[in-house]
Amino acid sequence: MGIWLLRRVGQVIPTLLILSILIFGLQQLMPGDPAVILAGEERGDPAVLAQIRAELGLDRPIYRQYAIWMSKVLTGDFGFSWRIRVPVSELILAKLPVTFQLASMAFVIAILIGVPLGILSAVRKDTPADWAANGIALFGISTPNFWLGIMMILLFSVELGWLPPSGYVPLTEDPVQSLATTIMPAFVLGTGVASVLMRHTRAAMLTALSQDYVRTARAKGLKERVVVWKHALRNALIPVITLGAIEFGRLLAGAVLTEQIFTIPGFGKLIVDAVFNRDYPVVQGVVLATALIFVLLSLVADMLYMAINPRLRNA
Amino acid sequence: MGTRPGRPGGAAPPQFRTIDAMSATAAAIPAGESPTRRAIRRFLRHRLAVFGLVVVLAFVLVAILAPLIAPYDPLQTSWARIRKPPSMEHWFGTDENGRDVLSRVIWGARASMMAGVVSVLGALLIGVPLGLLAGLAGGWTDALISRVADAMLSVPFLILAIALAAFLGPALENAMLAIAITASPVFVRLSRGMALDAKSTDWIEAARALGNPAWRTAFVHVLPNIIPPLLVQATLAIAEAIIAEAALSFLGLGQQPPNPSWGSMLNSSQRFLTQAPWLSIFPGLTIMVVVLAFNLMGDGLRDALDPRADKT
Repeated sequence: MGIWLLRRVGQVIPTLLILSILIFGLQQLMPGDPAVILAGEERGDPAVLAQIRAELGLDRPIYRQYAIWMSKVLTGDFGFSWRIRVPVSELILAKLPVTFQLASMAFVIAILIGVPLGILSAVRKDTPADWAANGIALFGISTPNFWLGIMMILLFSVELGWLPPSGYVPLTEDPVQSLATTIMPAFVLGTGVASVLMRHTRAAMLTALSQDYVRTARAKGLKERVVVWKHALRNALIPVITLGAIEFGRLLAGAVLTEQIFTIPGFGKLIVDAVFNRDYPVVQGVVLATALIFVLLSLVADMLYMAINPRLRNA
Repeated sequence: MGTRPGRPGGAAPPQFRTIDAMSATAAAIPAGESPTRRAIRRFLRHRLAVFGLVVVLAFVLVAILAPLIAPYDPLQTSWARIRKPPSMEHWFGTDENGRDVLSRVIWGARASMMAGVVSVLGALLIGVPLGLLAGLAGGWTDALISRVADAMLSVPFLILAIALAAFLGPALENAMLAIAITASPVFVRLSRGMALDAKSTDWIEAARALGNPAWRTAFVHVLPNIIPPLLVQATLAIAEAIIAEAALSFLGLGQQPPNPSWGSMLNSSQRFLTQAPWLSIFPGLTIMVVVLAFNLMGDGLRDALDPRADKT
């Protein structure tokens, strides 16, 4: 296990290194001169431009710029926001808990919908229940979640007046209001993942139910309930759990649009606002942080897989 | 799907089951049927997939014939018709500038369908040659290409697309380019894996032994064999690309006003949710129908083209 873990971590490093080059390279795509954007009103003054270039290191060769940027990133310094002159890492750390709350709620909703539906449709394969569950999953995958969000606001906020259409209250301030402001976005965010989980649970359950040990369990005269819940489900959930860890990372990305619609001041809103303010260091920082979280989650997924699958543990 | 003929309740030991399944499949194929015909026959058996195909073709026609079938000019504003609810003259109502929503949805089909198809074609053009190269060349080339693909796949799709579109600047073409680049690693992986599979087969061995240059082996002998899975993946990728274009346009990074696209229509509709909900309902519903159709078609294609995929 120890050697395996080392090897797996070793694989992550080149990936992150290449990723950092790609993200740094994004700057080169940018139309126009960053110094001109930063100079604002004084953009006509060559002395000001030269000073900004020197400050940012833009006057050095590109590989030097990368080396400087990278050595800073390694110490947790993601640069500063061009717009509000605050360190990017501070901005990200401030917004992360909000998105984390949203993503966690969405994840719980996704599991509560996706896993039971997947089990139901596998156990009742080729019955109307199976078709209905598959239909729901197909709609879940095909509905753009930002539109679903708008439709939910229309129904629950505009028509029924049950929930606030936008805004966010931190969990520590007022838990009830916090849930009221996040339940709709969490549901919107969760449905897409629920569909994916449903499909995977169904496939894994079908595989498990066709195994010999399930036939043996049935032949022993065990109740179908015990066969399904104890014998099949336990084994079927192994791939689903690892998938879940990766899907959690995807929730962070889904949060971009959801937070925009419900005006929740999280991670996603941060990157969108940064895009519009042409605050490129913030965009770079958010992309890098998301990738880092995503890579770590895949690592956790693999470790979970090892931990819960005894056959791999001894390998 | 019903139970296969000649399979006694799944009770046979594995090795017999395989032979059993093979003979059952062999019996179902009329002698002399080509793989393409067989795939078409299997696809047509899927009623939902055929429905998806029909809807997709209908939207392609709508996109092509937009100037002929749109009842009004999609850009024509009118102060007399601001935010009118759906009626006989304006089926989908009018927007905040008095423009006909139905006409804008019809013209929006051009932006959205084109974005979906063009960006996936772009992703194929970038991803497939690189994947084939990685799979066939191996060594350092493979390591480099694979690591870059891994790195890109470790950023969630939409975040990478937003970042690329942001740095390229807001325009429909840039959004398409951003989606194409973001979607390409999936095709790199797929074609690399298929090339690796193909490399160990006898026919590739034979093609090489005959002295074919590597590029010829790749494009003439490997590529045709990996077209079926690519086709399936591409169809599903178009569904994803259409949603991605709508998302980028919704954020203001794709189609620019006043030109219509479903995503940008949703963006401006949000401000009038209380007064004019129809502005939000119709563009989103259209996206959902088109994406659903592509997904149905992709699932049907997978069942029809992949002989190994059991219907589970």
